[in-house]
Amino acid sequence: MSRVAAFGRFWWEFVVGDDWLAAAGIALAIGATAALAAARITAWWLLPLSVLLVLHFSLRRAVSS
Amino acid sequence: MARSLDSHWSIDATTVTFNGRLTRVSAVFLVLSAFLASAVEMVEALTIVLAAGVARGWRSSLTGMGAATVVLAVVVAALGPALTVIPINALRVAVGSLLLVFGLQWLRKAILRASGFKALHDEDSVFATELEQARSATHVERAGLDWYGFTLSFKGVLLEGLEVAFIVLTFGSTQGSIPLAAVGAATALVLVAGVGVTVRAPLARVPENTMKFAVGIMLTTFGIFWATEGAGARWPGSDAALLGVLAFVCATSALLVAHLRGQKRRVLVAAGTEA
Repeated sequence: MSRVAAFGRFWWEFVVGDDWLAAAGIALAIGATAALAAARITAWWLLPLSVLLVLHFSLRRAVSS
Repeated sequence: MARSLDSHWSIDATTVTFNGRLTRVSAVFLVLSAFLASAVEMVEALTIVLAAGVARGWRSSLTGMGAATVVLAVVVAALGPALTVIPINALRVAVGSLLLVFGLQWLRKAILRASGFKALHDEDSVFATELEQARSATHVERAGLDWYGFTLSFKGVLLEGLEVAFIVLTFGSTQGSIPLAAVGAATALVLVAGVGVTVRAPLARVPENTMKFAVGIMLTTFGIFWATEGAGARWPGSDAALLGVLAFVCATSALLVAHLRGQKRRVLVAAGTEA
């Protein structure tokens, strides 16, 4: 593995960890929060709810594997 | 006397204000989170430095620790001022997202440990494993140092320290006070290093698993709070909502632990019935 690839892999594992789906879910939720806020719709509730769901499904995957 | 951090923020001995608005809650969480996260990482780094020192010699181990500390200081010195010039909303959404993803990793592991699906972190066991590996490694000398001892200590301190630097810089810059976050980290450093030098053994009695759970909750709480604000949404009750988010994350975690413990029990009962 090249040094650049190893460097990129290190940071990926450091920040994202072993569940990239959870990270993708959070990114989507933040995007949706920004879209709602831009449309002047109350959006503070969206991220806590998304965290609950993301964590639940992430744990289910971890337990079943 | 209050000290101005930028045009919006000011800080004195007990309070941090934003445009004159009291955010003492955030300041307390900031210091506490930086302290807890740093203490956990430093306990882990200490275990590695001790194993390298006992097995390969203190000179190589302490030189590795010192070299890693210098690298970390350079990283903090370079990134710290750079973060302060980023607009606060862009910073909050970027840092909030990172903290949330990072915090969920901690929280998921902590919930799996608390429910019995993952082994508890045990410093004595980690120390024994590191010690065995360090003792069996071949001796290679470079620059007058035992290279295995040096690199083991260097990598251990650098990797654990990077997490501390990441938390201090992100928490500090988003809250408008890197020095306040650094106070929490420095207190942890003094405490862990002091106790480590005194007992010269892994700090196995530190309630590490509980602390990791608390750090996961703090990181996730701050991540939700800042990412939401950075995305342009406004919290009801402004900064006081941080307490509500904290309560929500605690309740969610407790529910998930209870749910998984029940699942674990059912699996064990089913396995016992089959046997």
